[in-house]
Amino acid sequence: MSSIAATDTTISTSRTKVIQPAWVRVMHWINAAAMIMMIMSGWQIYNASPLFDFRFDHSITLGSWLGGALLWHFAAMWLLMLNGFAYLVTGLVTGRFRRKLLPISPSSVIADLKAALTFKLSHDDLSAYNAVQKLLYLGIIAVGIVVVLTGLSMWKPVQLHWLVSLFGDYPAARYVHFVCMALICAFLVIHIVLALLVPKSLRAMIIGR
Amino acid sequence: MAKRPFLIPGVDKRLLIKDSLKAMPDLTRRRFITGGASLGALTLLTGCDVVDGDTAEELLKKVSKFNDAVQSWMFNPDALAPTFAESAITKPFPFNAYYTLDEAPDIDAADWKLEVRGLVDNKKSWTLDELHALPQVTQVTRHICVEGWSAIGSWTGTPLRDFLKLIGADTRAKYVWFNCADKDGYNSPLDMRTALHPQTQMTFKFADQILPRAYGFPMKIRVPTKLGFKNPKYVVAMEVTNDYKGGYWEDQGYNSFSGS
Repeated sequence: MSSIAATDTTISTSRTKVIQPAWVRVMHWINAAAMIMMIMSGWQIYNASPLFDFRFDHSITLGSWLGGALLWHFAAMWLLMLNGFAYLVTGLVTGRFRRKLLPISPSSVIADLKAALTFKLSHDDLSAYNAVQKLLYLGIIAVGIVVVLTGLSMWKPVQLHWLVSLFGDYPAARYVHFVCMALICAFLVIHIVLALLVPKSLRAMIIGR
Repeated sequence: MAKRPFLIPGVDKRLLIKDSLKAMPDLTRRRFITGGASLGALTLLTGCDVVDGDTAEELLKKVSKFNDAVQSWMFNPDALAPTFAESAITKPFPFNAYYTLDEAPDIDAADWKLEVRGLVDNKKSWTLDELHALPQVTQVTRHICVEGWSAIGSWTGTPLRDFLKLIGADTRAKYVWFNCADKDGYNSPLDMRTALHPQTQMTFKFADQILPRAYGFPMKIRVPTKLGFKNPKYVVAMEVTNDYKGGYWEDQGYNSFSGS
């Protein structure tokens, strides 16, 4: 019986096409872990000298105090940077970014946004991204690059002063870093809600099909 | 590395420290991992047992050591911290310490002497008048706190590298270690390459006035290429040494290089 079951599985899976290749899945989940560590420890670092009139609750921060949070932040940054860099290079070299995220036009975004808001957007083919998805993914890749660059600016404002001047000055880089964090959190909310709502999308990111 | 003497003859220092650490009531500052809501989720995502605090802490400390090495590699001894116009100076420049201004050391200039120890030819102590007679320069630079805020100040004093040369310091040594008059005996090590950086300064004046009590009278070490906590105030002694002696904040987990 087990041999029959195994054969059935092989046949059925060979018929379903791969939606998310292994490298995308591995890098996606490494990125998820790194981002969560960066965001939670970042909130604790923010609390030491808040930019705005609020602090993040201690129950959602990582690192216990500023010194601990900095250790987490400067450890997870390697995971985020190396994984992110590998993702960008692989995405560009394999042509996946070009195939999945382009072309994109303002009119297609508006049309697909209308369709999405009226629940008319089709999710039958998970391997093809609609224009709203393309915009969100392109946007979050850009934000991810800026969050790393502003982070490096704040980490080494003297050694990388040319990078700091790209954002104005040190305090400006801090604000841009915070805005990027907020955009990533907003993206995460939308991303997770849609992943749970759209059938099989979470499964595809775990087992690939 | 110079061998440190036993605290009590016949007692293993490491075991003694281990036991005394156990007896310490508050280890929250050393427990880097508590206070995270999603540790379970992190464990699932990373596959690492981050709930085991000791393992995570050991790993974080190792990465911090690695980050020390990376920063040391990145450190360009010729790269100058940006300087600013007088108009950019932050007013009022913040007083910052882990205590209030009332608790800041109130030093009598007449009694104060800078003690010089370690790998130097001339170990004589220096009075404030003698130090003030040294050639001085002014620089307007940004002070960046480990907490994230920053402020621009005007600092006047003698480049530390000139003083090290004057006292015949062995500049091949690894550190210049500073002791301060702050309560709890604030201290901090500075790596020699940073100590020799042209902008690293023994500061006697702030905004062309004798350094006020708030900013470290009678002398602070201004290091524009380091975070603020590596800029010791109320300095009473400096020691040129190859021994890593730790520091007030460094011992609690702040990255020791903390270069900017």
